[in-house]
Amino acid sequence: MSVQAPNAERQIWIFTHMLRIREFEERVKRTFTEHPGVIRGHTHLADGAEASIVGSLSHFKNGDAALATYRCHGYPLVLGSDPKAMMAEIYGRVDGLCKGLGGSMHLTDVKRGFLGTSGIVGAGIPHAAGAAWAAQIRKKREVVFCFFGDGASKQGAFHETLNIASLWKLPVIFVMENNGYNVVTTTAQEDANAAAGEPLAVKAKGYAMPGVTVDGADPLAVAATVGTAVERARAGEGPTLVESKVYRLSAHGNIIAPPGVPLHYPEHEAITIFGKREEYEAALRGDPVPRFRAALVKSGVLSGAKADGLAAQVAKEMDAAVTFAVKSPFPKLESALDNVYA
Amino acid sequence: MAQLPFIAAVDAGIHQEMKRDATVLYFGQNLATTENHPFVAAYGHERVRVTPISETAEIGIAIGAAMSGLRPVVELYMAEFMLVAMDQVVNEAPRFRYMSGGQVKVPLVLKAGFGFAAGWAGQHTGSLTALFMGVPGLKVVVPSTAADAKGLMATAIRDDNPVVFLHHYLLTLEHGEVPDGEHLVPFGKAEVRRAGGDVTIVATGWMVPRSLAAAEKLAAEGIQAEVIDPRTVAPLDLATILKSVAKTGRLVLVDQAPRHATVAGIIAGDVAEHGFSSLKAPIVQVTARDATVPYSEPLEAYVIPDEERIIAAVRTVLKARR
Repeated sequence: MSVQAPNAERQIWIFTHMLRIREFEERVKRTFTEHPGVIRGHTHLADGAEASIVGSLSHFKNGDAALATYRCHGYPLVLGSDPKAMMAEIYGRVDGLCKGLGGSMHLTDVKRGFLGTSGIVGAGIPHAAGAAWAAQIRKKREVVFCFFGDGASKQGAFHETLNIASLWKLPVIFVMENNGYNVVTTTAQEDANAAAGEPLAVKAKGYAMPGVTVDGADPLAVAATVGTAVERARAGEGPTLVESKVYRLSAHGNIIAPPGVPLHYPEHEAITIFGKREEYEAALRGDPVPRFRAALVKSGVLSGAKADGLAAQVAKEMDAAVTFAVKSPFPKLESALDNVYA
Repeated sequence: MAQLPFIAAVDAGIHQEMKRDATVLYFGQNLATTENHPFVAAYGHERVRVTPISETAEIGIAIGAAMSGLRPVVELYMAEFMLVAMDQVVNEAPRFRYMSGGQVKVPLVLKAGFGFAAGWAGQHTGSLTALFMGVPGLKVVVPSTAADAKGLMATAIRDDNPVVFLHHYLLTLEHGEVPDGEHLVPFGKAEVRRAGGDVTIVATGWMVPRSLAAAEKLAAEGIQAEVIDPRTVAPLDLATILKSVAKTGRLVLVDQAPRHATVAGIIAGDVAEHGFSSLKAPIVQVTARDATVPYSEPLEAYVIPDEERIIAAVRTVLKARR
């Protein structure tokens, strides 16, 4: 099977969505200082994983589904969700994607195929397999994208689901975004494969499915690898485990503290816990967004001026999302009792 | 009407719904392993599948399938096996409709036996109903007759929410009249199993026949107990219980679970709050003694509520004055 490489137009589409995710996330991050108290609880950013997210979802077709984790702001942006409704949800407002009932960790947009996000590590993996069973029954060559982190591969849900998905040849693509850290624990500290110097993709061997490792900072590499997995799934040949190596450029999440304490983002754990400032700075130098911009300019797909224009346009779009969300009212109190049951 | 054992009535409820609705799935461990398995023969492997021993994946897959428009019934055999996958039961299935602001429905049924007090010792005998009943978004069904087993299963499958369907293992082979053809029993409607004016007894599952037997013995002494079977504990038909207590003024709650893990305690709280003026005596709860269920037969019988303890509780509430 050969997957068609994205043409120039598609590469610009990928770059635009990478920018959109980054700019959206930057505004989520800045909300903690610019509008203190507006975001409650815990948020988790995808900066550093944009290439992986967009490269993967560049294969998403109408009728497909995607499920993800609490680190879920990136996917719906690519699938077409309105950033205003997403920001309003993160701000707990009535115009939120989920009416203010879910918040940052539970963005859902069923109309666009973004089926749900569990805040419990690994718990969403079997949900994706269930959605894939439904797709298998529909027989329309539809597939399910299942996103999770490296930490989730230490959960039973991961192992149980990979076994069944392979056994039943479910049309699902398991995209493991390996960012090297489970909060403040390094992968080598908690993963036998990592400790032995093996890629995490070898876990697929235990379940008789292909396992591939890809540079998650390169959207074209991700698109090629995930594309092969998608073709395999659409052809009814079953799932693939894709280990997409990314570096999370922000801390795991904003500060965890009771009300009254500022909830801004601390420095990355590589610095605060492990004192590895050079590791973090190297990751910043490899930031996938400027890296892809430079590649596009170098290959002539995009001029520097055009890239700057796109960035300005995206910044404006995301500024509007913040303005909209801040002005959106809180939901009516009684709405807390809606949607408990269908 | 046909005489059916309880467990066949549960199957009849699943068949009824699988026949009329192609979106209903049925799967679990040690199920559908041959082509002549009745559900495989009728509906095929697309909808009826055997799973590995992977409760988290089984229930999680049911959630994903349900969110995608299907209606899965997961065969879990024993309520304790849900404990292996408690996150999926309590913190996944009932959360998605709410957290998505009503965008998704999660119509699934978790079918599990419970309370197997027949020498199954400490880990296969629990009465876990109360663990599930307070979870917003979950419905919890506890049939005590064959007819209800069929009708409540069918209603559970048609319900658009996750439903925990708990059937008592000691009722498995109890026969009962079961309506032929389409049969549905509504959720949230308690059944008065026996009418009486002196005392109200509320019980679920296997405690229903035990309470009825106790009531018969009391009737011989001229004491008329009203026995109420809530049938579903989420939603709970508190109105029927309050109405009965308004008539009798006395309430005995019978529950197979240990003292502080009961449905009884929840009902007692609600009746104390909303029916206090009707009560002529303090509520008495007959529960299991606070121990893991022991293996040895006389010890098992000692721990679990029996007719004698129910009768003694009734005598206590009849004697008491407020």
